[in-house]
Amino acid sequence: MREVAVIGVGQTEFGELWDRSFRDLGIEAGLRAIQDANVRSEEIDAVYIGNMSAGKFIDQEHVSALVADYAGLADMHLPTVRIEGGGACGAVALLQARLAIMSGLHDIVVVGGAEKMTDVGDVQAAEILSSTADQEWESVFGATFAGLYAMIARRHMHEYGTTREHMASVAVKNHKNGALNPEAQFQKEITMETVLHSPWVAEPLGVFDCAPLSDGAAALVLCSMEKARKFSDTPVRIAGSGQASDTLALHDRRDLTTMDATVVAGKRAFAEARCEPKDVQVAEVHDNFTITEILAVEDLRFVEKGKGGPATLDGWTALNGKVSVNPSGGLKARGQPVGATGVAQAVEIVRQLRGQAGKRQVVGARRGLTHTLGGTGATAVVHLFERGD
Amino acid sequence: MAIPRFWREIQSRYNLIGTKCGNCGKVDFPPRAVCPECGRKSIGKMERLQLKGQGTVITYTVIHDAPVQFEMMKPYVMAIVEMDEGVRLTSQLLDVKPENVKIGMRVQATFRRLGQEGEAGVIHYGYKFRPAAG
Repeated sequence: MREVAVIGVGQTEFGELWDRSFRDLGIEAGLRAIQDANVRSEEIDAVYIGNMSAGKFIDQEHVSALVADYAGLADMHLPTVRIEGGGACGAVALLQARLAIMSGLHDIVVVGGAEKMTDVGDVQAAEILSSTADQEWESVFGATFAGLYAMIARRHMHEYGTTREHMASVAVKNHKNGALNPEAQFQKEITMETVLHSPWVAEPLGVFDCAPLSDGAAALVLCSMEKARKFSDTPVRIAGSGQASDTLALHDRRDLTTMDATVVAGKRAFAEARCEPKDVQVAEVHDNFTITEILAVEDLRFVEKGKGGPATLDGWTALNGKVSVNPSGGLKARGQPVGATGVAQAVEIVRQLRGQAGKRQVVGARRGLTHTLGGTGATAVVHLFERGD
Repeated sequence: MAIPRFWREIQSRYNLIGTKCGNCGKVDFPPRAVCPECGRKSIGKMERLQLKGQGTVITYTVIHDAPVQFEMMKPYVMAIVEMDEGVRLTSQLLDVKPENVKIGMRVQATFRRLGQEGEAGVIHYGYKFRPAAG
């Protein structure tokens, strides 16, 4: 199997971007990545798009052909693929694009992720997000997406003594990082008090425990490692990828406080990359709610099970801490255009490994990780990246 | 959403009908065609089983930010309940103040209205839970 490198990255700003449409955003990110990679459009073999729910958010399906068309690629008649996997769709698209190059079928593939969420109201957007949970046996009874994560949080508090302050420290850290990211939706620091006194969404989660609704897009250009040097002096190798699934409904899980899909996806990625969590300096993990990041750092084995809260409060996962988690600001502060998430995480890791992350640069970053979830953890994807030099 | 979608699930939502694996005895809810433990050994051996309706709260939340059809009820309590048969499900918890809900509390199923299709649409029913008597 051939090795695969990222040779180009691009991203739009994230936020409530009322002046820009789905196609505007997709094209902006895609063209930036193609420019960054310095490839010509004739050299592109295929386009993979991660998108969760354009059909519900903007009444538009078939966005794979749409994005290629508006990127000016229609005449090339490329194969275009749209991937859905709840919140993990961007990370799954990256994995599938990688496989297409590994297999020898393609040499250069563009991976995009995009979501336009603010053309519908807040309540409707929250309901669309919750469609990645079990509609028949969770949502119909009144369980919201935040409510399901709140039940994970409550159980984690019960079993491990995690506190609201522990969870709040995730939001404070990620906003602090987001303040250093010019593309983030929230570029403002917040205090522990702000998080703790924010109105309830679903107890024990308040407004500041939740990632926002966002518009935005991100893109990558992937290339076989053997050709990567032709385009880039700083190719970043994808050293390992793992994907795993679990029961759709939260209540059917073996353990409510462990995401087994994360554990398994992480093991698969680390095994392929032949490294350990201690070898990773920078990670972008799924933090759609503050409790989610606590579970992620535990289930990826950065910290012992149950210690995710205290470790965060103590600064282990702060910028240039033991492992820098979510230097971009994460979903919490960078923003959460769902389909873009997995791709935007990879964009951040590539920038970190190239040494192009500006004020939020992790010193000495040589290996990075992305972790992306669908639903309440029914899908998890982990990718590991290494500097190519 | 279409009425048949609710009608199809009436057996389980009204009467807590699940399945018991004839091979290993594991109970599933809602009914499954194949036991997740036994795989092909369970095919043709999945028996219907009515849950007794008694269970224990494993975790819970109080929902303040609610979907449109639940707007009138908020704040309301949602819980994951472990039934005495061993299977878990997600449901609303009634007749208890949010501050009095505890992990480990005993609850029992009750038949209630779940929602309605718009202003004048079909009403659909199913289980909710309340504190166990005694």
